[in-house]
Amino acid sequence: MTNRFKTGYKIGVIILAIITAMALGAVILLAIGADVFKTYIVILTRPLMNKIGVTEVLLRMVPLSIIAIGITVAYRSGIINIGAEGQMAIGVLSTTAIALLFPNLPGYVLIPFAILAGAIGGAAWGFIPGFLKAKLQVSELLSTVMLNYIAAQLYTFLLRGPMLDPAEMTMGSGTPQSMRLSKNLDLTRFIKGTRIHTGLFIALALAVIIYFLLWKTSFGFKLRAAGASSKAARYGGINVPKYLIIAMMISGAFAGMAGSIEIAGVHRRAIEGVTSGYGFSGIVVALFGGLHPAGIVPAAFFFGLLIYGADMTQRIVGVPANMVQVLQGIIILVIVSTKMIINNPYLMQKVESRINSFRKKGSAQEETV
Amino acid sequence: MEITRKAIDSLRIEHITKRFPGVLACDDISLEIKKGEVLALVGENGAGKTTLMNILMGLYHPDEGSMFINGEKVHFRSPNDAFAYGIGMVHQQYMLVPNLTVLENIALGYKKAWNPLKLNLQMVRDRIDEISAHYGLSVDPDAYIWQLSVGEQQRVELVKTLCLGAEFLILDEPTSALTPQETDELIALLKKMSSELSIIFISHKLQEVKDLSSRVAILRHGKVVFQGNTIDHSSSDIAALMTGHEVNLPQNDAPACTLGPMLQIRNLKVKSDRGFLALDDLSLYVCKGEIVGLAGVSGNGQKELAEAINGLRKVESGEIVFDGVDIANFTPKQVIDCGMGYVPEERNTEGIVPSFSIKENLVLKDVESEKFSNRTFLKNSVIQKNGEDLRTQFDIRSPNIDIAAGSLSGGNIQKVILAREISRNPKFLVAVYPTRGLDMGAAEFIHKQLLQKRNEGVGILLISEELEEITNLSDQVAVIFKGKIQKVIPASEASRRRLGILMAGVEDDEQI
Amino acid sequence: MTFVINILSLGIPFSVALLIASLGEMFNQRAGIFNLGCEGMMAMGAFLGMLVPYLVGQGSYVPGYYNYLGLLLALAVGALLGLVFGVVVVTFRAPQGIAGIGMQMFGVGTAGTLFRHFIGGTQSVPGINVAPIPLLSDIPVLGVLFFNHNPLVYVAFLMVPSAWYLLFKTPWGLKVRAVGTHPRAADSIGIDVNKVRFQALMVGGALAGLAGAYLSLCQAKMFSDGIIAGRGFIAVALVYFGHWHPVKIMGGALLFTLAQALQLAIQGLGIDFPYEFLVMLPYVMVIIVLAFSRKSQITGPAALGKPFNREIRA
Repeated sequence: MTNRFKTGYKIGVIILAIITAMALGAVILLAIGADVFKTYIVILTRPLMNKIGVTEVLLRMVPLSIIAIGITVAYRSGIINIGAEGQMAIGVLSTTAIALLFPNLPGYVLIPFAILAGAIGGAAWGFIPGFLKAKLQVSELLSTVMLNYIAAQLYTFLLRGPMLDPAEMTMGSGTPQSMRLSKNLDLTRFIKGTRIHTGLFIALALAVIIYFLLWKTSFGFKLRAAGASSKAARYGGINVPKYLIIAMMISGAFAGMAGSIEIAGVHRRAIEGVTSGYGFSGIVVALFGGLHPAGIVPAAFFFGLLIYGADMTQRIVGVPANMVQVLQGIIILVIVSTKMIINNPYLMQKVESRINSFRKKGSAQEETV
Repeated sequence: MEITRKAIDSLRIEHITKRFPGVLACDDISLEIKKGEVLALVGENGAGKTTLMNILMGLYHPDEGSMFINGEKVHFRSPNDAFAYGIGMVHQQYMLVPNLTVLENIALGYKKAWNPLKLNLQMVRDRIDEISAHYGLSVDPDAYIWQLSVGEQQRVELVKTLCLGAEFLILDEPTSALTPQETDELIALLKKMSSELSIIFISHKLQEVKDLSSRVAILRHGKVVFQGNTIDHSSSDIAALMTGHEVNLPQNDAPACTLGPMLQIRNLKVKSDRGFLALDDLSLYVCKGEIVGLAGVSGNGQKELAEAINGLRKVESGEIVFDGVDIANFTPKQVIDCGMGYVPEERNTEGIVPSFSIKENLVLKDVESEKFSNRTFLKNSVIQKNGEDLRTQFDIRSPNIDIAAGSLSGGNIQKVILAREISRNPKFLVAVYPTRGLDMGAAEFIHKQLLQKRNEGVGILLISEELEEITNLSDQVAVIFKGKIQKVIPASEASRRRLGILMAGVEDDEQI
Repeated sequence: MTFVINILSLGIPFSVALLIASLGEMFNQRAGIFNLGCEGMMAMGAFLGMLVPYLVGQGSYVPGYYNYLGLLLALAVGALLGLVFGVVVVTFRAPQGIAGIGMQMFGVGTAGTLFRHFIGGTQSVPGINVAPIPLLSDIPVLGVLFFNHNPLVYVAFLMVPSAWYLLFKTPWGLKVRAVGTHPRAADSIGIDVNKVRFQALMVGGALAGLAGAYLSLCQAKMFSDGIIAGRGFIAVALVYFGHWHPVKIMGGALLFTLAQALQLAIQGLGIDFPYEFLVMLPYVMVIIVLAFSRKSQITGPAALGKPFNREIRA
């Protein structure tokens, strides 16, 4: 097989995949009678038309990229973490607790302290499925989903009860949210008139750190070996369960930090809907980014664009924002299929021989003509 | 369902070619077999025998070439088509569903009993009785497959194939998992059957070929290199044709060791995955600079022994004294740090991380050593250099050392594993089926490496199914049976026949 | 006593959605496919099931058979989604866990998108009502417990022996069990492994769709975004818990929903206990049950989660 054919085959498959994904999305758009072309144009370009739009996309990129990088660490160790949603919620709660308890700490102490608390909370929430998987072979797919629901209940319980805003209590309007957290916790919004905050730099720094951790250290080597082939890793003297648990804790810590940064930078209080599906979108971002920080950062931008763009479609073309979830689902299905098709040498060979015989036929016909 | 058909008078294949990515498995093969013949299909591992038979069964589709039955061209799209013509196959790895009963396994293929709303198991039962009585093959229809021994499973396979109406039987290495005595019984049975059936059987054991077949065809690298009547050719002729050259695998002819014990296993008890005792009071000693070959039919505790020594399986009781330290229930890491090397049975999934590059696999056990990292960060240039050096030294054939180890051929994967294990300067080496499935060139290379290490004073426990490999390389041969060492004899006294008797579980072999 | 009867008579109908979905998932897993997309398929079933009577009725009287038309649509769409999932995990052999998440997002997202477009807000439908069985429902205690339910409740419990029969007594069931345990053996004997897996996925998908429609047409009589509330995932867990056996799965489904009914009953009693913790209960139970259920390697489908490729020797 020539390299030229291989490259051509791969590019061909990827183009087909993109077309398939857009066509599947179009089916749903047609079902609700939307203008397919216009919808895609709105989602993909409208947010980039002005400063606010771009910064809003970047704003969504922050939690997406942090969570996706955490999910990558777990994935590389052999665990699919679909519990980022819950881990993020626990991170929000931990940060809120710290901010409520120590509102008067100066920012340079409170911010790291509160983010660390978020990381620890998320790590603890990630530890549970990691431990269950490593020691009792409980499928992480199920345990993490269950923990999402549990975290969501815990979240509403705390926001309706112990953490409820005293103002809400006196007014009795019953919106489950905490009070405005200490201003010392605020992450600086560094472009006037927009909401984009310094969390963006934290996200980028975390991506760099994880790149070095996974690919440049012996710790990362062992973690990846455990995920790539647990049997071979065990044979090679690597304590696989330990790495599974640590990877899940890192993954949870990242989701927790994403929650901390989200409230310190955007909401400035714990309210319902902070997590808003970021945990699940993070999985798509991680896959789309090739499970590598260098791919995840741009992928997070792209999905930030999709999410913000889909918010706009409701107003402009009447397509509900849920459409972004549809697209994300389709993208996952298409990515995992595409990967298999690209890496299937049998199929590649078949395609090549088909093309060759087709060519032969073609040239034979030419000769007879 | 059973279509009325004429008996097969002749089966002919012409110019069959089958490619797999990177491999030409069958290269323009033509063969013919007539009614009542027994054709032995002989060749080394990887010669393309099984692929060819899978084509005959309709499991694979040839890229080129065609098949003729009674002179008529046929095209098999699935095994159903092959069954319809009365062709059946017993695969080397038995195709039985472990959590179904014998009856259900046979019903799975017996489509006559398939009423859409009800499986007619009585009909299948009757059919089994009929076949069992006819051929004298008794099976218990209600036993679950997982309860049966290897020999019993093979009988079920035969009964299944016959129940489905096979008159033309393909057997893929039918004796590979049997003891020599079970083998003899099977050969006798097949001889009896050959009066009614046509048989193709795949083997690389020349004795069986001589005993059973009327004709022999030899495959090498996907080509038929020879066809003829069995009686016209001696075993050594066939052997020479099979390998393509006179093979002289290196032999161990150095004097036995006097350097003292390296590994002493005492009263070892270890459980299998299923929970029964796979090793039951096993004791074994290996000296420095000595190769002890462990012979036995697979499944008698070899795997569990290798894993227990290497910390990969829990030891229930007993001790494993390695260079003066009891390493029983050490972690794999601790065992490695004691100086143990291990070439595992499953080289593709256990011996390497398939998606990691060659150079990464070469440092799998040592990433944390001072040589390859400074506590935290990897020393990539040293890892690169180490990979380059070992690739040359061990003749690992690959375009570079950055490609995924899993994409290499079996022989090269084994060289990667051996390179890593040997370059770590172990005090002891456990090698499990080190040359299984490899071509002669790679096997020869690996044997040389093992002997060289032995001469440098390393103790080696060699676990193998190939008696020839064991007798060639070992100083002592230990025979394992049902989790116990049956007997340890010097290699010079280990004849094929004697080993066979011991492997079958007879303890006092000298009286026979 | 009345308290217990209350809990039981509440719990039995609650268990139906879980029961139907996990029986469907059982067929998937028996055939070797781990379908985590069950949640999404249920969401689609729930939405489409109520869409038909809603569109026809628009508030006015709806003849009962439109409800059943909704159920049929839910079944059909579930089967279709099973087919799509099959293309991804059977034909292309993609890893099933992550593909299942994709299917879940697709199903939940599509249901939500269509819901906003066609319905918009909280709108209830008359749905399918309780159909007491004459005479039997008059028996004291037992009548209330077993014979005073929605027609689908009876159907669901009749599905348990039917599924058992289908799995263990018919050729198709035998094929399903074989391809989920040793696909290579099934292949060698002329069974089209991928075809059987596709069939199982379509059966499983159809049942997931039906389970969803039960929620919207019989239980809640409306659709909302969170209507499935993880039942699809719990159904997957129940299949493990029930060791891939219909009767044990039914036991598991009852156990879970009785816990839920207990929660409602406690709330009804006016005991001051944060209800969030009661809502958590089934999810916590799933984790505990998974942690302590014994792994059975002999009876379970050994090839679960492993794509079949004839040409790659395992």
